[in-house]
Amino acid sequence: MSIFIRTFVLRYVTLLLTLGLAAPTVSADSKILATAGGQQIEGQAGGGLVPWALLAGYAEAGEWGGSVAVTGVRVDDFDLRVTGAAVNFGNRFEASIASQQLKVQPLNLSIDQDILAMKWRVGGHVLYGNLPAVTVGAQAKWVRDFAIPELLGAADDHGIDFTASASKLWLNALFGRNVFANVTLRHTEANQTGLLGFGATDGSGPSWVAEGSVALFLNHHWALGAEYRQKPDHLAAVKEDDWRDVFLGWFPNKRFSVIAAYADLGSIAGLTDQSGFYLSLQVTQ
Amino acid sequence: MNTARAFLITVAAVACLASCTTTSPPQRTLYQALGEYEGIEAITDSFLGELAGNQQALPLFLNSDISRFRAQFINHLCVTANGPCTYEGDAMRETHRGMGISTAQFNSIVENLIAALEANGVPTSTQNALLQRLARHYDEIVEEPF
Repeated sequence: MSIFIRTFVLRYVTLLLTLGLAAPTVSADSKILATAGGQQIEGQAGGGLVPWALLAGYAEAGEWGGSVAVTGVRVDDFDLRVTGAAVNFGNRFEASIASQQLKVQPLNLSIDQDILAMKWRVGGHVLYGNLPAVTVGAQAKWVRDFAIPELLGAADDHGIDFTASASKLWLNALFGRNVFANVTLRHTEANQTGLLGFGATDGSGPSWVAEGSVALFLNHHWALGAEYRQKPDHLAAVKEDDWRDVFLGWFPNKRFSVIAAYADLGSIAGLTDQSGFYLSLQVTQ
Repeated sequence: MNTARAFLITVAAVACLASCTTTSPPQRTLYQALGEYEGIEAITDSFLGELAGNQQALPLFLNSDISRFRAQFINHLCVTANGPCTYEGDAMRETHRGMGISTAQFNSIVENLIAALEANGVPTSTQNALLQRLARHYDEIVEEPF
């Protein structure tokens, strides 16, 4: 049953967005190029692993926009696919939906997770003024295949992450180049972002974790950066490591962008040294 | 281990890219980097060309004397880049008061200027230096800042 609901919701949002893109509305893409960011693995505007204090797509005040993205992460023993869609109202509020599928290669099975998320820009601006853009957000997650998480000691098949983020781009900051930085704090009980369930039967968690990203814009279209995502380690049976990546972002125009990365995800479900490539293709309005 | 290597490669690439692009020309003022007065004139003319196609911002210029705006814009860029010009216009806030300029319109004009700078082959570092100085006027120009 749930798979039908998920497919329906995803198609519904995608259809809405497609209609929005096709409709001859007033140009809804007034943000500066690349300030839409990418779409991170939980479907929110961000880098690859970290949600940023940016809102999806190119809508400024009085406009609406959004993004649709497909992302693949291939590390030694796992293959993660993410399909996500996000809408942005007036560069103030973002709502998003994402569907994750984690293929566990050695066991030849997969774990699915769905995420509905919201983000509110409290104040500040990524480009203008002295204050960074500041957002608060929530990510509601449901893991659809609970057998393995349960076996590893997870307490719940659903949970909510709460986040607060700050983002700023400094013009002409380093060697004549623009520098971007983001810091995110997250309150979470998710194990491996929720793919291994939430909390632990021994009662550990939830906890606060910190995430950060930096990027250097080589020009208006290319950005080179790195990310770090601290992770909780609630499950007694398997160790969970912090995640990190180095990425290259390409923003040829306001309709299309690509983020390619090399990610080190450490130990996942008892399988150590999981690292590999990340690729995300995003369509924005 | 792999990530450490990737980090190092990235840092090295950034360092090389930065030094390669900044050390080649001798130290010049922003005014010189923009091609002095002739360069600023050419940039302004490209900018006006871009602005002419900007449906969002065009209503702001309905009652403007374009040749006067051109002269003031050249003067403003010249002063901003520390060129040998003295500022002749009114204060930014006074000039834009009551125009109801939105962030969206401000952004669209910034993008017209970036297109003009690109069209005139202005290097990225010079563009960023100019944009950094101009972006400081955001609060004085936009009616309801973000």
